[in-house]
Amino acid sequence: MFGHRISRSGSAIVKQLAREGYKSTYGRRNLQRSYGHYLPSLPMVQTRTSQEAFFLKNHRFYTASASTPEEGDEETEKITIIFVDKDGEEIPVKVPIGMSVLEAAHENDIDLEGACEASLACSTCHVIVMDTEYYNKLEEPTDEENDMLDLAFGLTETSRLGCQVIASPELDGVHLAIPSATRNFAVDGFVPKPH
Amino acid sequence: MSRRYLARYLVSRYFSSSVSSRPLHVCIVGSGPAGFYTADKLLKAHEGARVDIIDRLPTPFGLVRSGVAPDHPETKIAINQFSRVAQHERCSFYGNVKLGSDLLLSELRDLYHVVVLAYGAESDKDLGIPGESLSGIYSAREFVWWYNGHPDYSSLKPDLKSSDTAVILGQGNVALDVARILLRPRTELASTDIARHALSALEESSIRKVFLVGRRGPVQAALTAKELREVLGIKNMHIRIKETDLTVTPADEEEMKNSRIRKRIYELLSKAAAAAGTSESDPDQRELHFVFFRQPDRFLESNERKGHVSGVNLEKTILESAGSGKQLAVGTGEFEDLNCSLVLKAIGYKSVPINGLPFDHKKGVVPNVRGRVVSQTVEGLSQTERGLYVCGWLKRGPVGIIATNLYCAEEMVGRISEDIEEGVFTSSKEGSKGLMQLLEKREVKKVDFSGWEKIDAKEKQMGSEKNKPREKLVTWEDLLAAAAAN
Repeated sequence: MFGHRISRSGSAIVKQLAREGYKSTYGRRNLQRSYGHYLPSLPMVQTRTSQEAFFLKNHRFYTASASTPEEGDEETEKITIIFVDKDGEEIPVKVPIGMSVLEAAHENDIDLEGACEASLACSTCHVIVMDTEYYNKLEEPTDEENDMLDLAFGLTETSRLGCQVIASPELDGVHLAIPSATRNFAVDGFVPKPH
Repeated sequence: MSRRYLARYLVSRYFSSSVSSRPLHVCIVGSGPAGFYTADKLLKAHEGARVDIIDRLPTPFGLVRSGVAPDHPETKIAINQFSRVAQHERCSFYGNVKLGSDLLLSELRDLYHVVVLAYGAESDKDLGIPGESLSGIYSAREFVWWYNGHPDYSSLKPDLKSSDTAVILGQGNVALDVARILLRPRTELASTDIARHALSALEESSIRKVFLVGRRGPVQAALTAKELREVLGIKNMHIRIKETDLTVTPADEEEMKNSRIRKRIYELLSKAAAAAGTSESDPDQRELHFVFFRQPDRFLESNERKGHVSGVNLEKTILESAGSGKQLAVGTGEFEDLNCSLVLKAIGYKSVPINGLPFDHKKGVVPNVRGRVVSQTVEGLSQTERGLYVCGWLKRGPVGIIATNLYCAEEMVGRISEDIEEGVFTSSKEGSKGLMQLLEKREVKKVDFSGWEKIDAKEKQMGSEKNKPREKLVTWEDLLAAAAAN
């Protein structure tokens, strides 16, 4: 994640090759380390049950592909998500069904922060669904997600947390914008300021 | 990955490589979220950037370590990302280095092309009312630093045994944090990273009732939904809210219409008030009272214990419009007393000025134009310093969450990039090398990141013996000794 743009393009090419049959362990390893870090240190998380379920669901996904290296990638159906980064560049990526938008971003070196590593304790993976039709296809956010969205920078009517949006067939072709300090997507313009 | 995207970046990279790969020596003062997100984005944006982050404490991470409540471990996960930044080959952390005593701002500016001040807000707003210096009255920040093991406050020794009541002035998330720590069952706190001296004090505490006092109404309360939902869900803790306080005026309706968060908070508080009416009283139960429309007029001194607080005299308020949808509290001349033995002021932080730096005492920030420090104002026009920037609370005032610094840092790096393009940083600077020489000459016992890792490992090891994620080292001596150990 520290490479400059050219190495990002380079690693994206490597990942493209990886999908065509080579093993790419960068993203998976990084994420397993992240999730491994957070689970033991959460004795009192309110939404623990939903997070554990979420973690287990994705952990199973990775474990399954790790044990069947040859068939794993071909069997998992993929959709296309188009990230629109802070400079307005469109970056289409192939995302396996079941993967969260945040994981997909990290797998493809998209600059989307995930400070709390999917524990619903921050709003840094905030993405804006650029098409209302696609937004409506998503399940309603939970209270916990809405609580975090309340505090998101540049909140819009179609904002979601990337760690809570899971790739599904209906989302194929969705455009997700990453909010930027220099380009404000806010519809209502209000930025709440608690701490 | 589109081929056109790749080609465009290859070309722009070729042309900008001469600018961005020249060494750019950066020093960031302060290792909290503002400092680390700035370092992260600078390292990504400029190949030539070499970043040193200094902090007066031996431990990094600012309020993520010393401010976030012990029962909110998931909020501390951000430390993982910050650690990766500190371990970057072009980044270094140096703790136990204090700007103002170990080195001067002018010396930093001589050594580095870019100096970013991100040292936050280490002081508090005052109420400025009589009795404020009575013992038993603390700022919430002092209390939070005490239970979080900040080495400057481990000997605070707040008195938690003189009565069953504490009053908290303010209704933001910090107020909720301290209320929770005062009222949570001790067994729950025992498995967090709360400092040992605080856990012992809380185990003997007689505090059972906490009053959260706000000068305005539920629609204006600064707390946020997640934290409110959390206190409403704590077992055996009874919430008390007066139904009459929940009446909304047209001005309130307008405020809620314009703010989704205000509306959601109000709905939660209404639900809580309705549920609260039905619970019964029992002597050992814990109570959290939300008191609205009351502002403190003066503190009352105890007759039995001279010099110690025994209560707060509160004035009832009403709200008046202050233009553009804002409502302010105005006193009505009606007063009442609220007895207590502990008062915590959670009314906001304030930054601390340093020598050689312009400071806006009213707003409590360093005057800046979108991050560039203002050197002087000539005929109403601000002239900014080249190479001196502010980020985080020192720039914006003490509001916002950890994530707010992401955008603050992004804007900051944008400013620095503009200045690089304009050729502001052409002179050669010594950077790290010069800093090391200066610190050695002054015999400063700096703590680098591996020193922090030793502290971290020791705290985790001590914690594992007690079923805690860590047992914090709470004195300067212990921290420095652990950092220097082999």
